[in-house]
Amino acid sequence: MPNGNLMIEFMSLKEKLLSSYLAFEDNLEADSPIHELRNKAIKNFEQKGFPTKKEEAWKYTSLNALLKNDYSVFPKQLDKSIDFKDVKKYFLHDIDTYKVVFVDGVYSSFHSETTHDQIDVCLMSSALNKTKYKPVIEAYYNKIAEDDSLTSLNTAFAKEGAYIHIPKHKEVEKPIEILYFSTGNEAAVFLQPRNLIVVGENAHVQIIERHQSLSKNEVLTNSVTEIFAEKRAFVDYYKIQNNVASASLIDNTYIAQERESNCKVHTFSFGGKLTRNNLNFYQNGEYCNSTLKGVTILENKQHVDHNTLVHHIAPNCESHQDYKGIFGDASTGVFNGRVIVEKDAQKTDAFQQNNNILVDDKATINAKPQLEIFADDVKCSHGCTIGQLDEDALFYMRSRGIAKKEARALLMYAFANTVLESVKIPELKRRINKLIAHKIGVNLGFEV
Amino acid sequence: MGKFTEDDLKKELETKEYEYGFYTDIESDTFPVGLNEGIVRAISEKKEEPEWMTTWRLEAFRYWQEMVEPEWANVHYEKPNFQNISYYSAPNKKPKYNSIDEVDPELLDTFKRLGISLDEQKKLAGVAVDIVMDSVSVATTFKKTLAKKGIIFCSISEAIKEHPELVKKYIGSVVPQRDNFYAALNSAVFSDGSFCYIPKGVRCPMELSTYFRINQAGTGQFERTLVIADEGSYVSYLEGCTAPSRDENQLHAAVVELIALDNAEIKYSTVQNWYPGGKDGKGGVYNFVTKRGICEANAKISWTQVETGSAVTWKYPSCILKGDNSIGEFYSIAVTNNYQQADTGTKMIHIGKNTKSTIISKGISAGKSQNSYRGLVKINPKADNARNFSQCDSLLMGNDCGAHTFPYIEVKNKTAQVEHEATTSKIGEDQIFYCNQRGINTEKAIALIVNGFSKEVLNKLPMEFAVEAQKLLEISLEGSVG
Repeated sequence: MPNGNLMIEFMSLKEKLLSSYLAFEDNLEADSPIHELRNKAIKNFEQKGFPTKKEEAWKYTSLNALLKNDYSVFPKQLDKSIDFKDVKKYFLHDIDTYKVVFVDGVYSSFHSETTHDQIDVCLMSSALNKTKYKPVIEAYYNKIAEDDSLTSLNTAFAKEGAYIHIPKHKEVEKPIEILYFSTGNEAAVFLQPRNLIVVGENAHVQIIERHQSLSKNEVLTNSVTEIFAEKRAFVDYYKIQNNVASASLIDNTYIAQERESNCKVHTFSFGGKLTRNNLNFYQNGEYCNSTLKGVTILENKQHVDHNTLVHHIAPNCESHQDYKGIFGDASTGVFNGRVIVEKDAQKTDAFQQNNNILVDDKATINAKPQLEIFADDVKCSHGCTIGQLDEDALFYMRSRGIAKKEARALLMYAFANTVLESVKIPELKRRINKLIAHKIGVNLGFEV
Repeated sequence: MGKFTEDDLKKELETKEYEYGFYTDIESDTFPVGLNEGIVRAISEKKEEPEWMTTWRLEAFRYWQEMVEPEWANVHYEKPNFQNISYYSAPNKKPKYNSIDEVDPELLDTFKRLGISLDEQKKLAGVAVDIVMDSVSVATTFKKTLAKKGIIFCSISEAIKEHPELVKKYIGSVVPQRDNFYAALNSAVFSDGSFCYIPKGVRCPMELSTYFRINQAGTGQFERTLVIADEGSYVSYLEGCTAPSRDENQLHAAVVELIALDNAEIKYSTVQNWYPGGKDGKGGVYNFVTKRGICEANAKISWTQVETGSAVTWKYPSCILKGDNSIGEFYSIAVTNNYQQADTGTKMIHIGKNTKSTIISKGISAGKSQNSYRGLVKINPKADNARNFSQCDSLLMGNDCGAHTFPYIEVKNKTAQVEHEATTSKIGEDQIFYCNQRGINTEKAIALIVNGFSKEVLNKLPMEFAVEAQKLLEISLEGSVG
C-alpha cells in the first residue's frame, strides 16, 4: 500500500494542476472580472484534460512523455538575478529595442526596458490589476483565444506576460523583444505566460518573442498570445525557438485582423525537445493580408509540430503560408495547415506551401495540409513536397571543386533561406542567417 | 438561343430528375428484417456454403457487434438502423439459361433501360457481363471463352462451392473481417458478388464487368468482390451501377479485394450512379465501401472511379504496395449535386522498395453538396526510393456547396519523394469569355471546361466505359457535358 507521500508523487499532472488551482485561487481577488473567467477555464480543462493522440489535431504529437515529469507549477524565485553577460546573446543587443523580460515567469525589471510614453509596453499583471486598463481588458482579454484544453489551462493560471498596446497612427520606432528565461533552479517547471497585444488603427509594430531555458532541467511552457490588429494595422511578429534540448513549448497564438490589416508571423524552430505551434488567424475584415512563414531545422529526437489555421471570414482577403523543414537524425516534423474559407469570403486568395527534406533514415515527416472551402469565387491552392536535394545542382557544385558535404549544406541553406526574404529587421535577419548556417554546418565565408 | 448562365445551369441541375429511377417488379425471396447470428447462419445455409465459410461469417459478425460506426468522415447523415434491414433478397425464379430468350422479359427490359443489351455487348464490345440483380447472379456470359484460357469468372457463391481453395486462401487477406465497421458487416452478411481468377501469365482477352443494382425496396446490398491476378497476368475489370428511385435510404456496404501477384496488373474501373436522393435531400443510397488491393513485386493496381451518385459516399480505394517496384494508381472524378455528400480518396501504403504511386482526384461540387478528398500517402522506413505524386483539384459551382481536401502524408524514409498539390477554383469568367468570343455559347463552354477538367481521369477509363461515364456526368451536372 503506498503511503500518502507516494500518492502525491503518483498524482497525474492534471490532478496536480487542479489542486494547485485551488491554492492559487485563494490568493486572487474575488471580485476581479478575470476571476470568473479563470473558474470557467479550469472547469473546461478539467473536463477536457490534456489532448491525446486520439484527437485529430494531435494525431501526430503526443504529450505523454512530457506530462510524466513532476513539474513545479509555481516555481520558487531565485535569490540572485541572472547576470546580463550570461544572457546578452539572447537579446538583439546590437540595436536599441524595448524589452519585456521574465525570469521563471516573474517580471525582471533589471533586464527590461518598458515604456508608457505614447505606447504601452508593459506587464500583463498590471493590465489585469490596474483599473485604468479595465476597458482594454474587458474589450480584448480572452476574446479570441479558443476554449481548447491547453488554452483554458493557461487562462486559469495566467497572471504574467507582456501587455503591448499601440494606439492609433503610431509607428513604433524600434522592435519590441519579449523574453522568457527559465533558470531551472528546481527540477522541472511548468510555465504559463500570457501576452496581449493590441495594435490600433494604422499603427505599426515589430515584435520578437523568445523562450530560453538557462539550465538542463525540464521546462514546459504553455504560452497564449492574443493579437488584435485594428484597421490598416501592421504587425510583424517573430518567434525564435532555439531552446535547449530539455525545454518544450506549446505556443497558442491567436490573431484577429480587421479591415486592410497586415499581419506576418515568422517562426524559426531550431531547438527544444518538443515544440507545438498553434497559430490561428481570423480575418474579420475585408482586404486583410496574412503571412505565415517558418523554417524548421531539427536533429536528434526533436519534435516540432506546426498547426496553423487561417480562417477567411471576410471577402477579398489574402493569406500566404510558406513552411520549410529540414529533418535530421531521428527528429519528427509535423505540418498541419488548415485553410477555411467561409461562404461570404468571396475572392479569397489563399496559398499554402510546405516543403520538407529528410536528411536521415530515422527522421519522420507527417503533413496534413487541409483546405475547407465553402465559397466558389476563390483561388486556393496548397502544395506539399517531401524530397531530396537536386542531384544536378549537387553535381554542378562538385564539378567546380566544392566537397559533397559542403555542397549539400549550401543547397540546404539556400532551401531554408528563402523564408528569410521577408524578415524586415536587418539585425534579426543577420542573426537567423547565422543560426541557419550554423545549424546546417555550412561555413558561409562571407558576411550576410 | 438565350444566354445560358451559371444560374440557369444551377436551376437545370436542381430540376434534373434521376433518369434511371424505375423499379422492376420481380417477386423476391426476402428474409425478415433484422440481424442476428441466426440470420447470418440462414444466409450461409441459403447459399449452400461449406462449414468454414459459415464460421468465417460468424467470426465477422462477432467482431462487428463489438465495433462502433465510424464518425470521422466529413459527412452527416441519419445513421441506418441495422436491425431494420433485410439482409437477403434474391430474384425468385432462379433460372439457368442457355440463351438469352429464356430470361424473364421483365429483367431484359430493365437492362435495356439501363442501356445494357446483353447480345449486343456479346457481339460488339466483347464484354462478359456477370449481372447481379439484387444479390444473386442470374446471367453469366462468355464463360466458355474465358474458361478456355483458364480464367475463372463467376459469382462469389459459386466460387465458394467450386473453388474453395482459392477463396479460402484470399478472402479477407486484404480486407480482414475486423478491418472496419462496414467491412465486418459485409463479411458477415454478404449475399453475393463476383469472383475472378486469372491464371499465371494469362492476359484476359476482354474487359470483365458486372452491373450491380439495388432493386428490392428496403434491402441493403452487400456485395463481395474478389479479384486474383496470378503471376504475370493482366485483367481489366469494370463495375458500374444504377439504382431505382426510392425515398427510403438504402444501405450499400460492399467490399472489394484485389490481389496482384508478382508482375500482375489489375485495372479496376467503377462508374457509380446510385440514386443520389431527391433535390430536397430526401432519400438516396448510403454508399460505404471498402476497396483495397495488394501488389506483390512488380505488380500494378490501377483504380479509376467516376462517382456521381449516392446521397452519402464513403469510399477509399487503396493500394498496399508490398512488393518491390510495385505501382499503385488512383484516378477519380467525384461529382456531387443537391444535398449529396462525398468523402472519398485513397490510401497508398508504400512498403516495398522503388514503389510508385499516382493520385489524380477531381472533385466537382454543385447545389448544396459537400465534396471531400481524404487521402493518405504513407512511406514506410524500408520503402527506399518511393515516389508519389498527388493532385487534387476541386471545382465549385454555386455558392452553397463546399470542397474540402484532407491529405495525410507520412514519410519515414529519407529517399522518398512525395509531391502533393491541390487547387480549388470556380470556372473562370475569362475562360467562359474566351469561349464566348469564339462563338461557343456559355452552356457549351461550361461543358467544355468541365470535360477538360475531368479529362485526365476520363482518359483512363476503358473505351467501353468511357461512354457511360460521360452519360453519368451529364445526368449529374448538366445536359451537354462531352
